[in-house]
Amino acid sequence: MIKYERFELANGLKVIYHQDKSTPLACINILYNVGARDENPEQTGFAHLFEHLMFGGSINIPNYDEPLQMVGGENNAFTTNDITNYYLTLPAENLETGFWLESDRMLSLAFSDKSLEVQRNVVIEEFKQRYLNQPYGDVWLLLRPMAYKEHPYKWDTIGKEISHIENAQMEDVKKFFRKFYCPNNAIMVVAGSVEVEEVKQLAGKWFGPIPKGPENKRNLPEEPVQTKARSLTVERDVPVDAIYKAYHMCSRYDTEYYAVDLISDILSRGNSSRLHNVLIKEKQLFSDINAYVMGDFDKGLFVISGKLTKGVSMEQVDAAINEELQKIKTELVNEDELTKVKNKMEASHEFGEVDVLNKATNLAIAELLGDAGMINQEVEKYLAVTAAQIKEQANLIFDEKNCSTLYYKSKK
Amino acid sequence: MEVIDRTSAPAFKTVEKIEMIHATEKRLRNNIPVYAVNAGTQEIIKIEFLFSAGMFQQQMPLQATTVNSMLEEGTSKMNAAQIADAVDFYGAFLEVGVEQDNASVILYTLNKHLKATLPVVEQVIKDAMFPQEELDIHLKNKKQKFLVNNQKVATLARKHFAELIFGEKHPYGIDVKDADFEAIKRSHLIEFYKTHYTSSNCKIIMAGKVADNVYELLDAHFGGNDWDSSEPALREKNAALDTTTEREHIIYKEDAIQSAIRIGKIMFNKTHPDFHPMQVLNTIYGGYFGSRLMSNIREDKGYTYGIGSGMVSLKNAGYFFISTEVGVDVCKNAINEIYFEMNRLREELVGEEELQLVKNYMLGTFLRNSDGPFALADRFKGLLEYGLGYGYFDQYMATVKNISAAQLRDLANMYFDKNSMIELVAGKR
Repeated sequence: MIKYERFELANGLKVIYHQDKSTPLACINILYNVGARDENPEQTGFAHLFEHLMFGGSINIPNYDEPLQMVGGENNAFTTNDITNYYLTLPAENLETGFWLESDRMLSLAFSDKSLEVQRNVVIEEFKQRYLNQPYGDVWLLLRPMAYKEHPYKWDTIGKEISHIENAQMEDVKKFFRKFYCPNNAIMVVAGSVEVEEVKQLAGKWFGPIPKGPENKRNLPEEPVQTKARSLTVERDVPVDAIYKAYHMCSRYDTEYYAVDLISDILSRGNSSRLHNVLIKEKQLFSDINAYVMGDFDKGLFVISGKLTKGVSMEQVDAAINEELQKIKTELVNEDELTKVKNKMEASHEFGEVDVLNKATNLAIAELLGDAGMINQEVEKYLAVTAAQIKEQANLIFDEKNCSTLYYKSKK
Repeated sequence: MEVIDRTSAPAFKTVEKIEMIHATEKRLRNNIPVYAVNAGTQEIIKIEFLFSAGMFQQQMPLQATTVNSMLEEGTSKMNAAQIADAVDFYGAFLEVGVEQDNASVILYTLNKHLKATLPVVEQVIKDAMFPQEELDIHLKNKKQKFLVNNQKVATLARKHFAELIFGEKHPYGIDVKDADFEAIKRSHLIEFYKTHYTSSNCKIIMAGKVADNVYELLDAHFGGNDWDSSEPALREKNAALDTTTEREHIIYKEDAIQSAIRIGKIMFNKTHPDFHPMQVLNTIYGGYFGSRLMSNIREDKGYTYGIGSGMVSLKNAGYFFISTEVGVDVCKNAINEIYFEMNRLREELVGEEELQLVKNYMLGTFLRNSDGPFALADRFKGLLEYGLGYGYFDQYMATVKNISAAQLRDLANMYFDKNSMIELVAGKR
């Protein structure tokens, strides 16, 4: 059970406070409600590039990192298709430094030309390092546009292509900032060995004066229901064939989400899972195989991916995967198997509460999804899932017509 | 409303002292030491069984890792699927792993399920059978992973670099080759297992909320004299260093878009008096986001997504390395800048403000890395392997606080000599 308090500043900034006296640290997690899905289709990769620019100095503080390091702090950030999240940890007694730094870059960036130029290069190198110069690195650049035709999930956070990053201009950077980086578009979580009065006082002092920004109403195109199986075959210089199957599923907001998440656990969590036992051990068709939900906020994807054992054909493995999916569609999971994945979920949750920063990030995400309090109901929701619901969801999702398959072949 | 000055930083305090919860020691009947870090707020526990059964101890490539990962693949009473079921059913996690100097089996569980899961761990550790059929599957799949990883320039550089600085026959330098997957046999596994996964070669470190009955349970399952070996652990072989005499090396990869660069040299481990001072120098040079290497090569030139350097301490050696991946077109420039920054540390004194920043940052990092039961246990493990006590951390704090710019310049002159650095590029240069 994670106890928290919530309050909101007049400018719309939501603040969540969680005390954890077991640590000498404090952390500040600021989530901006903007992700790659909010990008202009001609300027993809922008939300992520922008994340880099947030470290390029703000209006009153030329360098973000140095003052934080000076007080013993550390920070990082990540961008997804849904959100951009910034976090820092520091010795609790130096909490105010974090407020000073985070509030100044919410107030205004320095918009330095040098920073834009350098970070464009850095992101291009990141693009190469993670997507182009890695075996199977381009999978999501291929799979997303196949699975999504309308919704902006059709591009990856790194962007559709390098040229979009190369072409980013300062004017666009400023517009993006004004539109999305305002207090009413953010959620701040302060957690650790700190008192609520201090957090209230510091939030008012540093964030209170920041003017409210425009209201952003998200109006993203809905992805039309897929009605035909889609597939793509590519050949690459990789040693082993791989297959990726992506099925449309519900959104993170839907109550069905918990059942679907448990399906992925039944199929592939741990060595007792079905795909591991049948496809790796028994039939020896794969050297590794995974099933997982992407966790996207809007309607998302359920993915099954695996690397084929040498000498096995794509047809064989496709059929074998479908056979396993057929089982979960037609037979109710038994009590023990369901209890097993629920127990695993419960334990992971408990282990996840060891780390104060992890708790802070999860509180911020839960608040964005509707209510920070959801963090304490998650386990219950998983425990309430029934075998019938699992079967029902499996039937809704695992249909070849609802699937995009990528055959990723080794160039011989 | 209060008028605030956003241009100057709020007052702050530096980390002066760190209150660490220390590990306590008890012994099982058979004398296995059990170290416990009793900390944290959740009803969970992590129990690590640590064996001197790492790369350094193995007699042939793949022996240590294969034994370790095959522990879960069958005992005389349970097959692989039953073992997995028994652990997973209680939501527990069984993790195995091999490092250079040791191998471990780690159980993570809610306290309420410890009693049910520990018997499975007992079987896995004391009664592994290494079924031939499972071994065949394991090796086949491992080899595929090996082939995939060898496509990555970073992996190629990392593995080959160890071979260059230690020598290709040195236990820390041996690089796994294709043929090793054919050479390793079940009998090799059993031999290594019987002599290394024994009570006299075992230590236990646990962390979390440690209840009193944990010791009774451990003693019941692991405290007997039924799992020692009459044969001694296999003799450690000759570990003389055989560092390459060539300075520059390349693993050419025609289609590389980026090259992985690895530069470094043999140094020493954490028992050496210069280790702590070198950690400070390393941090300034390439050990944190604001380091000289990051500031120059990423934040000024934009050549890379990331660059860093590190001091690695192993039980029988230590080394220093720089690692990055850069666009092939800027590979040469990046290498030049790496040496340029080394030289700057040899020639110029580190400025007062930068030095203060690094000191504060290192103390803050120390605090962060000592937070929570699992981090505290890792800290302790880092002492245990070298026979060091908690006083080691006081020395560390004192060095970080007191080291001077002149001392750092002297260290750079002693250790950051370009001519002593082995340089490897995987990709193109």
